[in-house]
Amino acid sequence: MAEAMIEFQSVTKQYQGGQPAVDGLSMSIDKGSITVFVGPSGCGKTTSLRMINRMVEPTSGTITVAGKDVSNEPAAQLRRSMGYVMQSSGLMPHRSVLDNIATVPRLNGVSRAAARKRAEELLDVVGLASTLGKRYPSQLSGGQQQRVGVARALAADPPVLLMDEPFSAVDPVVRDELQQELLRLQRELAKTIVFVTHDIDEATVLGDKVAVFAVGGKLAQYAAPEEILRAPANDFVASFVGRDRGFRHLSFNAADAVRIHPVKTVEAPELAAGNSEWAVVVDAGSRPLGWASPRDGAGLIPGGSLFRRGDSLRRALDAALSSPAGMGVVVDEHGRLVGVLKADEVLALIEETRHKREDAT
Amino acid sequence: MSDIFTDTFAWLTDPDHWSGSGGIATRLLEHLEYSGLVLLIAAAIAVPVGLFIGHTGHGRVAAVAFAGALRALPTLGLLVLFALLAGSGLMPPVWALVILTVPPLLAGTYAGISSVDPTVVDAARAMGMTELQVLFRVELPNGLQVMFGGIRTAVLQVIATVSVVAYLPLGGLGRYLFDGLVLQDFPRMLGGSLLIAALAIAVDLVLAVAERIFLPHGLSIDSRGGHKAAGDLAAAAPAGAAVQGGTA
Ligand SMILES: Nc1ncnc2c1ncn2[C@@H]1O[C@H](COP(=O)(O)OP(=O)(O)OP(=O)(O)O)[C@@H](O)[C@H]1O
Ligand SMILES: [Mg+2]
Repeated sequence: MAEAMIEFQSVTKQYQGGQPAVDGLSMSIDKGSITVFVGPSGCGKTTSLRMINRMVEPTSGTITVAGKDVSNEPAAQLRRSMGYVMQSSGLMPHRSVLDNIATVPRLNGVSRAAARKRAEELLDVVGLASTLGKRYPSQLSGGQQQRVGVARALAADPPVLLMDEPFSAVDPVVRDELQQELLRLQRELAKTIVFVTHDIDEATVLGDKVAVFAVGGKLAQYAAPEEILRAPANDFVASFVGRDRGFRHLSFNAADAVRIHPVKTVEAPELAAGNSEWAVVVDAGSRPLGWASPRDGAGLIPGGSLFRRGDSLRRALDAALSSPAGMGVVVDEHGRLVGVLKADEVLALIEETRHKREDAT
Repeated sequence: MSDIFTDTFAWLTDPDHWSGSGGIATRLLEHLEYSGLVLLIAAAIAVPVGLFIGHTGHGRVAAVAFAGALRALPTLGLLVLFALLAGSGLMPPVWALVILTVPPLLAGTYAGISSVDPTVVDAARAMGMTELQVLFRVELPNGLQVMFGGIRTAVLQVIATVSVVAYLPLGGLGRYLFDGLVLQDFPRMLGGSLLIAALAIAVDLVLAVAERIFLPHGLSIDSRGGHKAAGDLAAAAPAGAAVQGGTA
């Protein structure tokens, strides 16, 4: 059992008038892991998150961080011990990127030079060029601003990171990138991260544990993402998790057992003319570029998604279904072609995995 | 018709009119002194109150109503009333003018602070800034541009209205208006009003320069490196501002 870092004990928040935003919430958040709060709009996710650093004061109940009641600590001091990232970057427009990142160390009394130096390191940690440090927030793209927001939250090396929909205002490609980098960072830093989103996909990608909130800050289910997709606790969770949950759940099954077939390769699509079968067009480093069709002769047909060895069943199925040739392209860690997999075999494997699970329970 | 202009020009350029105890130089200095005194006292009242209201949001409604009521007071009437109640001397008219100057300064300060993006303020607080740090390190620098607008309006108003203290009678450039009227000396009146207008423009220019100096650099640049204000004199963009836009 993991050690608890943050604990909610019968926490209720009632804003003036109306129903409580959060009603009797009790939960325990594991140390060194990512816990995701997910749920429909207005269900009290932000309120719950902001009670942790006292940006919102609970009406009743207690919250402890590392065993200490947060209400006993001066609010400003408490907040400096937790990183906070929000949807709009909230960077200070009048300060350079470096000075923005250096904010909390400066508040903690670190010298300007040392804080700047730390800020420069952090630019690198979040994947930004050091030349961006001298810019002002208005001169950055939305994705870059969010990275700076993450760097700022990490600057004082706080054990806890609170993130409120930090990636929801950027486009899907950048969001995917930021999610992957958060996971990479987390492997190195092992912070206790509480992450709010309303996107169940994001929740399952990032969360070690996912808390599904129903309206009124009621915990509908709190479990590992795999379990939430496989066995929703009730109709609310099932409907929130959505129609594609069967497909999403495949993310949690390895596709190691899928058969990889050899495939004909050519270095230029013209070379495939007169062929009787589909061939993968590769570059000199044998990285796949696309397909050459037996019918159309010359012409590079864009390929589908790639399946990297070690990926999940979800990726395997997607690779097979998105390929124009009906065969998913398999590559190794370096992106070099290994072979192809076939949709019917992936489906058979999915079926087999399901049987195994049935037998196990 | 053209006589009055040549006469005014002659009046303004006559060196005898510039020196001496009633000369233009002395009057100009008096005018600046009165204006400065009024502004100093008014700012000492209006700025802290404006900062407080802007930061906390408390008392906003009361302040708006109060400032509106003060603005409606007639300048000359107030001045005479104060002189009658408090006697002669410099301070009664100064206090009267302070009452008229507080509303625009208060409104400008308040507007500046409340113009700052609430998410930036929220983030600053969430970083662990104390309320005073939020006010002075985030709200004030980011609200400065709007605040300066209010300050400049208030300063121009004071320079114009300080002329009326000559009615009491005290010094300042207003003397030329009142004396000119009594003596039917129109070149003197016109010369006096030109001097007041020139002083207002000069002071406004000084404030414009001060604004450029005090405004945080990050606020005067537009996204993507360009400078926001057309004809911005500020020198080079920060290093790297104009270079590539991509992520590493
Ligand atoms: N400052 C406030 N004053 C009054 N009511 C509030 C305040 N903040 C939030 N609420 C109410 O509390 C409830 C929960 O709000 P909260 O912001 O926690 O929801 P959320 O789950 O974060 O929603 P979203 O996904 O839209 O961000 C909502 O009904 C909201 O209207
Ligand atoms: Mg929210």
